[in-house]
Amino acid sequence: MKNNIIPAIRLTLVCLVFFCGIYTLTVYGISKLAPEDSSFKKSESGFYENVGQSFTSDKYFHSRPSAVGYNAAGSGGSNKGPSNPDYLAEVQARIDTFLVHNPDIKKDEIPSDLVTASGSGIDPHISVQAAKVQVKRIAKVRNISETTIHQIIEQQSEKSLLGLFGTEKINVLKLNLKLDQLTTTLKQ
Amino acid sequence: MNTEILGIILMYATVVVLAIPLGRYIGKIFNYENTWLDKIFNPLDKLFFKLSGIDPTKEMNWKQHLVALLTINVVWFVLSMLVLTNMSWLPLNPDANPSMSADLAFNTSVSFVTNTNLQHYSGETGLSYLGQLILMLWQFISAGTGIAICAVVFMAMKERTSETLGNFYSFFVRACTRILLPLALVVASLLVFNGTPMTFEGKDTITTLEGEEQQISRGSVAAFVAIKQLGTNGGGFYGPNSANPMENPSYFTNIVETISIFLIPMAMVFAMGYVLKRRKLAWTIFGVMTIGFLLLLIPSIYFEMNGNTAITQMGIQQQLGSMEGKEVRFGSAASAYWAINTTCTSNGSVNAMHDSMTPLTGMFTLLGMMINCFYGGVGVGFLNFYIFIILAVFISGLMVGRTPEFLGKKIEAKEMKIAMIIALLHPLLILVGTALSSFLYAGNPTEYAGWLANPGYHGFSEMLYEFTSSSANNGSGFEGLGDNTPFWNIACGLVMLLARYLPIIGPVAIAGILASKKYIPESNGTLKTDTATFGLMVFAVIAIVAALAFFPALTLGPIAEYFSLK
Repeated sequence: MKNNIIPAIRLTLVCLVFFCGIYTLTVYGISKLAPEDSSFKKSESGFYENVGQSFTSDKYFHSRPSAVGYNAAGSGGSNKGPSNPDYLAEVQARIDTFLVHNPDIKKDEIPSDLVTASGSGIDPHISVQAAKVQVKRIAKVRNISETTIHQIIEQQSEKSLLGLFGTEKINVLKLNLKLDQLTTTLKQ
Repeated sequence: MNTEILGIILMYATVVVLAIPLGRYIGKIFNYENTWLDKIFNPLDKLFFKLSGIDPTKEMNWKQHLVALLTINVVWFVLSMLVLTNMSWLPLNPDANPSMSADLAFNTSVSFVTNTNLQHYSGETGLSYLGQLILMLWQFISAGTGIAICAVVFMAMKERTSETLGNFYSFFVRACTRILLPLALVVASLLVFNGTPMTFEGKDTITTLEGEEQQISRGSVAAFVAIKQLGTNGGGFYGPNSANPMENPSYFTNIVETISIFLIPMAMVFAMGYVLKRRKLAWTIFGVMTIGFLLLLIPSIYFEMNGNTAITQMGIQQQLGSMEGKEVRFGSAASAYWAINTTCTSNGSVNAMHDSMTPLTGMFTLLGMMINCFYGGVGVGFLNFYIFIILAVFISGLMVGRTPEFLGKKIEAKEMKIAMIIALLHPLLILVGTALSSFLYAGNPTEYAGWLANPGYHGFSEMLYEFTSSSANNGSGFEGLGDNTPFWNIACGLVMLLARYLPIIGPVAIAGILASKKYIPESNGTLKTDTATFGLMVFAVIAIVAALAFFPALTLGPIAEYFSLK
């Protein structure tokens, strides 16, 4: 044991300098080479597009329920189990609220992502179906035709990777920015 | 075909295709053969040894290896305690986060030094950037420890009689610099090019489109995430780990991160085949592991894609599957795939909240950790499998009436005793811990009301999961558990310590003892260990041990919950 302590401490210090210092700085350096639009930066609109925002007003597409109120400095999920009665009551309440805000929609048209909280609490996306069921409400509030809004959804939906792998989805922030842009141009 | 399923096939196929050449590369490193990266790494390793005053050519026997390993791990633990309890005033703390309490620092230090990465804190509020950096150091070198000690066992399995098994420090440094470092650089680069933050600035504050203030935690995320995925560490930069859209921004990064979980554990099997020149044995072991993995994976994907039956009964579509605790960009299938990957390998990172998964998926994640050797943690997963091989050799030997032999070495009473103790240690730690916590909770539900986020069977599963995760050195959690209390911090800390070091000491002792025995060349009378029959035998031993030990506990938790939802 004794013969090992000093080399162990010295080796630890060398590793400390190398892995905490040199490795981290190398990755930092590489991150500087990343092109603007693919690294973690504010977009032109002044927002972080990767980080979900809370949307609850009727004129915007709503984002998913969040267990942490879209706090990006304390993200997290609900951690509610599938059989928890309080949780199931909460889901029922979300369904009822949704139906109040979207009276033209039938219950079996609501996709599950709109009534369940995400894992991070800051999920930036919703499913395409989740956007489509909100079209009627937004068309009414904003006084734009449903077809136009469907076009925006079509435009903004992110296909699965190479069209082959994974889910299809829509970034809610980008979608709502487009919506605002459209309303401004229509007014002019 | 469904694009979610295609994504999973892509991820599995890619990892196998990458693991085979990587295994050969790792094998070369431990055989001290030349590789094309030598030009960079020979001088670097020399520098490491010069600065540390270590002679990397000094041969060690198995006991010296263990002493070297344990000593350096004690040093890491002490340093970790010092940093975590003093973060608040040390540099690199732009968000002014506090230091940890002693019991939380104990839990966290043990957790990261033992390659577990169980987190009873949340990264955004519980650590300074210095804290994150020091934990990242453990992620590198605790993984290096696992790979190095696995290399020692490979050396011991060679066809020869030998007391000495190479030099621990040499294996350790080679594992860190030649395996973990280049892979981490590749993965970190892919991440920073796809939207993962890498900065030393503190939180940013923005006003959302609806006019509310939103704070956004940043940090040196990419560097951290790369090694936490590769080294079967799993401790996230942010609280919800790779579910967080900064830690894992897109389906592409999710592929990269998922592949990183399995890559080295799988490659270690092929590395063994290369070092021992027994490729057929490697493929047999790989086959057993793969069958076990698929048996856990396929039903999990099925249940997650079908969704929560209780929500179906409310009249909601479940085409997306069970979405509570999941992210839309990954979908339910890729989340279930990650969940089984991370629990089979002792990684413990998550991209969806395991607590909210459907009951039987919860059970399969638990089983992955209870078995803990379908690929398993870097290095140590193979050691766990080695124990089951020894058991299977012994049982087969008894069945056919021959002296049990493995790779030309007789297995006798002493080795069998060690193997049995190690095989039973894991159930013991899990079941005693769960029994104790259940007893405390049942005796005084009001005092411990903060523990469980969910009532009934699921609450029991939360406690069972926490001890299983600790004992498997996994680190994922049913995170509804209110676990930052002295009881959970200390109990899980002790379980992690025992469950890390005893299952390293046991197999190394067995391998060391076997290595010093006389080598008996294979003959017609030798039990062949590289056949499908023997593979089946090993699988049966694993399944029987797991079933006998864990079925009652699983019945009380996930299975009961499943039937209550019907």
